[in-house]
Amino acid sequence: MNYTLALPELFLAASGMAMLIYGAFRRGNPTREVGWGVIAVLVVALFITGSQTPGNGALFGGMFIVDGFAVFLKILILAASALAVLMSQSYIEREQMARYEFPLLLLFATLGMLMMVSANDLISLYIGLELQSLALYVVAAFRRDSARSTEAGLKYFVLGALSSGMLLYGSSLIYGFAGTTQFAGIAASLTAESASIGLLVGMVFLVAGLAFKISAVPFHMWTPDVYEGAPTPVTAFLAAAPKLAAIGLFARVLVGPFGDLVAEWRQIVLVISIASMVLGAYAAINQTNIKRLMAYSSIGSVGYALVGLAAGTEEGLRGMLVYMMIYIVINIGTFACILCMRVKGRMVEGIEDLAGLSRTQPLLAAALAVFMFSLAGIPPLAGFFGKLYVFLAAINAQLYVLAVIGVLASVVAAFYYVRIVKVMYFDEPGDAFDRPIGWEMAAIVGVTALAALLFFVLPEPFIGEAAAAAAALFAG
Amino acid sequence: MNGLPVLSLIAFLPIVGAAMILIIRGEPAVVARNARNVALWTSVVTFLLSLTLWFGFDRGSADFQFVERAQWLPAFGIEYHMGVDGISVLFVLLSTLLTPICIVASWRSIQTSVKEYMIAFLVLETLMVGTFCALDFVVFYMFFEGVLIPMFLIIGVWGGARRVYSAFKFFLYTLLGSVLMLLALLAVYFEAGTTDIPALLDYRFPAEMQVWLWLAFFASFAVKVPMWPVHTWLPDAHVEAPTAGSVILAGVLLKLGAYGFIRFSIPMLPEATVFFTPLVFGLSAVAVVYTSLVALAQDDMKKLIAYSSVAHMGFVTAGMFTLTQQGIEGSLFQMLSHGIVSAALFLAVGVVYDRLHSREIARYGGLVHRMPNYAAVFMVFMLASVGLPGTSGFVGEFLSLVGAYQVNTWLAVLMTTGIILGAAYMLSLYARVIFGKLTKPDLMHMPDLSLREIAVFAPLVVLVFWMGFYPKAFLDVVAPSVENLIRRHTAAMEQATMLDWDVLWRTASRSLGQLVAAL
Repeated sequence: MNYTLALPELFLAASGMAMLIYGAFRRGNPTREVGWGVIAVLVVALFITGSQTPGNGALFGGMFIVDGFAVFLKILILAASALAVLMSQSYIEREQMARYEFPLLLLFATLGMLMMVSANDLISLYIGLELQSLALYVVAAFRRDSARSTEAGLKYFVLGALSSGMLLYGSSLIYGFAGTTQFAGIAASLTAESASIGLLVGMVFLVAGLAFKISAVPFHMWTPDVYEGAPTPVTAFLAAAPKLAAIGLFARVLVGPFGDLVAEWRQIVLVISIASMVLGAYAAINQTNIKRLMAYSSIGSVGYALVGLAAGTEEGLRGMLVYMMIYIVINIGTFACILCMRVKGRMVEGIEDLAGLSRTQPLLAAALAVFMFSLAGIPPLAGFFGKLYVFLAAINAQLYVLAVIGVLASVVAAFYYVRIVKVMYFDEPGDAFDRPIGWEMAAIVGVTALAALLFFVLPEPFIGEAAAAAAALFAG
Repeated sequence: MNGLPVLSLIAFLPIVGAAMILIIRGEPAVVARNARNVALWTSVVTFLLSLTLWFGFDRGSADFQFVERAQWLPAFGIEYHMGVDGISVLFVLLSTLLTPICIVASWRSIQTSVKEYMIAFLVLETLMVGTFCALDFVVFYMFFEGVLIPMFLIIGVWGGARRVYSAFKFFLYTLLGSVLMLLALLAVYFEAGTTDIPALLDYRFPAEMQVWLWLAFFASFAVKVPMWPVHTWLPDAHVEAPTAGSVILAGVLLKLGAYGFIRFSIPMLPEATVFFTPLVFGLSAVAVVYTSLVALAQDDMKKLIAYSSVAHMGFVTAGMFTLTQQGIEGSLFQMLSHGIVSAALFLAVGVVYDRLHSREIARYGGLVHRMPNYAAVFMVFMLASVGLPGTSGFVGEFLSLVGAYQVNTWLAVLMTTGIILGAAYMLSLYARVIFGKLTKPDLMHMPDLSLREIAVFAPLVVLVFWMGFYPKAFLDVVAPSVENLIRRHTAAMEQATMLDWDVLWRTASRSLGQLVAAL
């Protein structure tokens, strides 16, 4: 067995535990050091992952697989997590949340995500998912004297536990009917003609459980409350890496073991995709809290990513990966902007608080405008390419109805994205935000905004990587 | 052809200027002055550069010229492909001409966020030029749709009282149309295997598919033109936009829709075009007559001109779909003429708006006594809009009518009615604003045109007369491409399966069946 394939995970786990011990025995408050340590560890893991040559190497009795698909997602997850930890650094100090467990929990959540995208067995799937979820439940409630934060954590926990239950129930059914928990074994035990009803029911439960994690309609109820209630850096974290991991896992499960049942699961994915796009578009219109708005935006975005998956083709998967790749870049940038929304030392979250930002902080306003137009999918910004590639796959798979509903929903969604631009550019300035915003924030906002703005200049390498990852999943 | 990528230079030079403005720092007054100067010089240089197109364009050829190709998305088969033919080259020139004029016209009237304003205009110029030059459907779409962002900001930030409503209406209306075209674009890609426009012009789409593609294109272009009944965003946008915003909107952006028809719908989808021609004629006739009547009833100068724009664009769409040499040349000529005349009319309104801050016709009267030069200039453009022989408006309307008479007499009759109504509302506007007694106290001290304003109007006056007296200079550019278009269309129709309601019904019911099955 080639343990170097699992080197990033082993490295993360070992350094995470070492830092935990260090934090416990260190006098004083080691949060900042641990935070930087976590960032360093994530970056090192990123480079280890980047230098791996993905084969179809399976480890640990076939429970853990490192293919091109997993490597692609891991790189994105590690980058997104490192940026999220970086963003949280000064926030947790300011808001009296500076406990060294915070960055470490994010580290362990990231480890869980890496396990998820490499899962090749229902057991390792569950372990990865739970490691991720448990860490996230805690960080969502991390501000323990705030009612909203604890409520968010509790809500997330209860609903998350419910979804885990469904997932487990589905897994047990699948195990019962297929006789194995290994993905390859499940795939071998079923063909399109002879899938037993038990397996189908199991798959439906599994899909429902995973749909919870990616907050697709109708399993989205927790998202707005948790996004709003959780501390902002946690929301920023939640919106990027876990979403990517869960959607990657979703794709792996559907394309891998249940690849032959594409006609069956496509119906489910179609319905939740349409419902997510439409609800994400309409429910966001009346929001006044920007974090809540971003929650609905993320629900809608998942709908678009699922359009690619619904196509059920390699092309569709490529579209989904391109979409998610661009989505997390924009999302990290947007949340970095939200973290800069501070008036006289106090965080504000209302959309109205952005009024006249173009006058008080023109660069920040320009960046946020780029993100909003990009989320609305207006060319030549990056978000347009995400939509282009998923709809490309949908049209090729002849899912015309889905595509038409999707683009119409995107027009509705454009309304609320553009409304933020309106507030920033057309309205009279209110209280100016505190300055300076800090070099980390300036760097993150600047780099992500430039990426969203200039993606069109050289899209090919990124899309090529996504295509290779999609091909790897279909080959495996 | 020399190796210089002229079109890319013209298209992206404004962006370079915008980037330079972006890095200007310092005192607000200094920043504003420098931003204005950089924007003006960039756009003037761009215009001078674009004159190489006018002089270097081979008027005997219907091919795409100044062609550039570069890999962009090789896996997808999409290239950065630019080029102009007789149909598009004049619109590139129109865009590069109007941008410096807009910048000069905004010299005094824009005093807030000057830097951002100038950046928005230069970005807009890049997008407009790119739209007319793009020879790849995806590249075209990127430019076409990207126009929304700067225009939204121009209306919303520097606009009038109801600017927010108007900006949103403009944005969402146009976006709704365009996203359907995006799907059609993807369908085209899978059917033809390419998005290269010259290749698509040679591709024959199945007749049933053409119907859907045509409708999707129509959704986008009709909103942009705008055709009745999806024109309602235009009066709002025009009224609230700053003067220069209206100028660009009327001068160039409205042409994007009609350009889309002539570049995509008509040559790529010949059968569907023939099938839907009655629809276009009907809507155009309604646009011409109805919006002219609406224009008669307006009290707001900008709104009146906005409705007149809808009416004039009705001539364009009607002439274009006659698919005759005269009709298409006439409609292209009308587009250019309208681009100059309506731009000038909005500028003329801007002149008095800058002085009195009112667009209401009733607030004015007797301006000829205080502002004789202004009255003369306004008259030139008013008469050009009416279509007086000797002005550019006459040639376009006359040729469109000649085309219409060959195809459908009723259409021609209705369009002629529109000309009469056009004379009625333009003359009454002119009479109410310029003539009469100078009684209103706040008009007593209005200064006449300043040198800057004369500089803005002078090139437009010259063009109106040039186009009116010697249209050949412009028609020569257009003619070979139009001939080629009609020849191809005739050839395509000879072997075409005619579309009728039966075919349409079968396609629709089959699609409906698929829909039911999909759910």
